[in-house]
Amino acid sequence: MTETEAHITVRDLTMAYGDFVLMRDLTFTINRGDIFIIMGGSGCGKSTMMAILIGLKAPAKGKVFYGEVDFWGGDPQTRDRIIRRAGVMYQSGALWSSMTLAENVALPLETYTDLTPNQIQEVVSLKLALVGLAGFEEFYPAEISGGMQKRAGIARAMALDPEILFFDEPSAGLDPVSARRLDDLILELRDSLGTTMVVVTHELASIFAIGNNSVFLDVSKRTMTAMGNPNQLLAETRDPNLRLFLTRGEKS
Amino acid sequence: MTASGAMSLEQLSGDTLKVTLSGDWKLGGDLPGADKIERTLQDRAGVRQVVFDTRQLTSWDTALLTFLVNVHKIGSRQKISVNHDGLPDGAQKLLGLATAVPEKTDARQPEGRVAFLDSLGNQTVYLFRSAGEFLEFLGDAVLAFQKLLRGKAQFRLTDLGLIMQAVSAQALPIVSLICFLVGLILAFIGAIQLQLFGAQIYVADLVGIAMVRLMAAIMTGIVMAGRTGGAFAAQLGTMQVNQEIDALKTLGISPMEFLVLPRMLALALMMPLLCLYANIMGILGGMVVGVGMLHLSFIQYFNETAKAVGLWNLGIGLFSGMVFGVIVALAGCMRGMQCGRSASAVGDAATSAVVTAIVGIILSTAIITIICNVLGI
Repeated sequence: MTETEAHITVRDLTMAYGDFVLMRDLTFTINRGDIFIIMGGSGCGKSTMMAILIGLKAPAKGKVFYGEVDFWGGDPQTRDRIIRRAGVMYQSGALWSSMTLAENVALPLETYTDLTPNQIQEVVSLKLALVGLAGFEEFYPAEISGGMQKRAGIARAMALDPEILFFDEPSAGLDPVSARRLDDLILELRDSLGTTMVVVTHELASIFAIGNNSVFLDVSKRTMTAMGNPNQLLAETRDPNLRLFLTRGEKS
Repeated sequence: MTASGAMSLEQLSGDTLKVTLSGDWKLGGDLPGADKIERTLQDRAGVRQVVFDTRQLTSWDTALLTFLVNVHKIGSRQKISVNHDGLPDGAQKLLGLATAVPEKTDARQPEGRVAFLDSLGNQTVYLFRSAGEFLEFLGDAVLAFQKLLRGKAQFRLTDLGLIMQAVSAQALPIVSLICFLVGLILAFIGAIQLQLFGAQIYVADLVGIAMVRLMAAIMTGIVMAGRTGGAFAAQLGTMQVNQEIDALKTLGISPMEFLVLPRMLALALMMPLLCLYANIMGILGGMVVGVGMLHLSFIQYFNETAKAVGLWNLGIGLFSGMVFGVIVALAGCMRGMQCGRSASAVGDAATSAVVTAIVGIILSTAIITIICNVLGI
């Protein structure tokens, strides 16, 4: 990746619940085509960070820019327009449980495109096949396993060919092989579609396998303490907390 | 037999207190407390160190550890060092583990009683806030409805169909039962009084007017509040827990239009029909008493009912039914959308949806009745 164009810029961001400040002074840039990891220990605000990036929770202070556009400074319509170009995979899949997988993936297409039902059917089958769920169109979310739900969640997030995909703990609760397949899927999608990926995780294997950029949220200091390629961070960091995190607490 | 452990204290040379533990130190057993050590330490000033002798300890579990943690706390309070060397290996390690991460002092929620004025103030603020939330929700619902009128609302017609089926056809048995019995009860109550004057025939008037104008709508409304309002709250609440509503929002689909609007529409459309059906059931209930007990003829009863019940009565009843439908749907959906992210929150949402709906139904009945009275209809 030679050209680096900022896709999402976060500036002086503070996250808080009421009076309780979770993280302050967060400033980082996610470039186009990055697989950007938001990492940190439990309770550091990774998921809150994501909620702010996808427009579900307003930041206490600071700004988020998508390209040049101020995400939280503008009106809700602007926010809707921006976030429509993004797809989100939630931690548990968050598939609509009253609809089949096909209907889940089809809903965004029905809402935002003028495709005929036949064309939608084709797109849905393709997206489900991409995540390895061909033939599962008529299943309800409750009828498939947790890993399959996550993959179906990705299929739904990809329905509109988004420019950015957000993943909330993609490999949490998956067996190692499924987690690995999910990582491969994320890499594959980035390479072939050029989608920017933002991944919230604390799964070390995934972090090193897929991440090419990252930010580390240090729960004890209530701010970010490092950013950059995770592999490089592991090699170069002098910060004891980050080293502890990246090595599972093993002493080198 | 309960296992029991024993402890003896002995002051060794000058500044050392030796604690000898023996027997079974197990949960549920009869064990001495750490406060004995505290008292001893207070009595004998000059002790600087506590050591343990556990050679006669036969078995131990968490009971020993909690005892040791307490000794530790006493030690740190009185600035006396606690020496672990005499303890069993396992206990030493577990104790080390328990004290490895210092207690997070700011994580504990402040406990203790809240003063009456504090809690009164909090309740008041909460009341105002929830009133604000209700108005906001109502406003959103109106905006969504406006979009519907302009043909721009996003929801699936199949959803609307399914919900309509669930709130109408599937509710018929319970509505039949309740309204038939209410009609019957009204007739019984009326019959006893009216028989005194030989005016049994007016049972038909009584039951007809009461059911058509008011009771059918109220009873159906209350049944629907329990049956459908609670279900709506639980459905939307579970969707909130599973982040399904977040997923809608991030796709730019308004949950208000996609989830709330079809539910409101379904109830507003189906409630008048249900009320109409409930009217018939109620009158039938009255008729059973009239024909069976008061020896009126079927035709007599029918004619008297037809004479008594005017179109206005029917109109007011059906209108009330529609209003109750909207109230039940609003209450259910609002509590569902406000639901927190846990299983108990879903339960709370369902409960408060039913309560809100019933309160709303009774309040609006009062308002409608007063308005009708003023208008003289």
